[in-house]
Amino acid sequence: MSVMDELAALGVRALRTLRGLGHSAFFFAELLRNVPLALRRFYLVVAQIHAIGNYSLIIIVASGLAVGFVLGLQGYYTLTRYGAAESLGLLVALSLVRELGPVVTGLLFAGRAGTSLTAEIGLMKAGEQLAAMEMMAIDPKQRVFAPRFIGGLIAMPLLAAMFSAVGIFGGYVVGVLMIGIDSGQFWSQMQNGVDVFDDVGNGMVKSVVFGIACTFVALYQGYEATATPEGVAQATTRTVVISSLSVLLLDFVLTAVMFSTPR
Amino acid sequence: MSKKAIETLVGVFVLFGFVAIGYLALKAANLTSFAIGETYMVSAKFDNIGGLKVRSPVRSAGVTVGRVKEITFDNHTFQGVVTMELEAKFQFPKDTSAKILTAGLLGDQYIGLEPGGDDKNLASGDTIKMTQSAVVLESLIGQALYNKAAEGSEGKK
Repeated sequence: MSVMDELAALGVRALRTLRGLGHSAFFFAELLRNVPLALRRFYLVVAQIHAIGNYSLIIIVASGLAVGFVLGLQGYYTLTRYGAAESLGLLVALSLVRELGPVVTGLLFAGRAGTSLTAEIGLMKAGEQLAAMEMMAIDPKQRVFAPRFIGGLIAMPLLAAMFSAVGIFGGYVVGVLMIGIDSGQFWSQMQNGVDVFDDVGNGMVKSVVFGIACTFVALYQGYEATATPEGVAQATTRTVVISSLSVLLLDFVLTAVMFSTPR
Repeated sequence: MSKKAIETLVGVFVLFGFVAIGYLALKAANLTSFAIGETYMVSAKFDNIGGLKVRSPVRSAGVTVGRVKEITFDNHTFQGVVTMELEAKFQFPKDTSAKILTAGLLGDQYIGLEPGGDDKNLASGDTIKMTQSAVVLESLIGQALYNKAAEGSEGKK
């Protein structure tokens, strides 16, 4: 009988996973349905952009600068072996705009903004604030969730763009000001190799997708959190793990779709 | 914090974001060098286009005058047909010849235009008659090896 038990346990697990997926899909649909309603109260969205975007600014800018410095140094060591040190600008800009900008911003965004969203909503749930809103015939999806979703959606691409821009500046500081690569070569190689739509545009598309994924995961985990201190703590942890993994996975899929076809 | 202050801070944040996007588009990418002006199409047939790609540059005297728009295959002559988009402010004589060249030793390939001496200029839809195919490194090396081998066997006689 133990084989049958094992099979049944597997079935239960599969059904639970499917139910969870279906539930989150419903939640996502509800969220999207509430987006136009939330846009009518735009001051709520503005407050969320402030909480999500402005407060993430320092960590994003500092990380972008650090990543740019490291890319400049490491890229120079490798490129100079092949006598192509002037291509440093191209290397820094392409890796930032295509990959590192959206991905690292997504990971930091999950850690900085996603956790605070989950904890906030989890505590709102624990304090029965969401239930109280429903009692007053206010839909919490419209009042609490949708503005946070839109805020994350708007803040993430802007943060990613700032990350890339600051990173390129960091690469410039190391490559041109410290190592002494010709400034004109640095910029012209970059401008010849980076395409506005194929590289910058696709990078922006990536960051929008990551913004949707991270904000949605954070909101869903907060919504589903068990209304206890441990429950909120676990939900916050799950937010970071799930958003980081989904950013990396989505990045692979998007890169395969966007950049693997020969031009 | 008052509502006004929050709105101002968000405004600053969004402004920074757009400045960053603009910086990426204008300074890091090639939006400024985009061919927005009027263009005309010229095509050319090559026996071998090598590593030429769509959007590869078309240069004359080293100056980029246009880009490759489309690459197709002619099923009658078994040649590659390259359609180029040239900027209208650059006019070339009708007997201009086209070569596929390589930037540097192993760099990207581009089309080089060599102007001829005809009075009439190339118009949209014209075909460049004189073309020179891309140099394929493998066949070049093969030829060199073959010549070397031939020399060696002659030396033994």
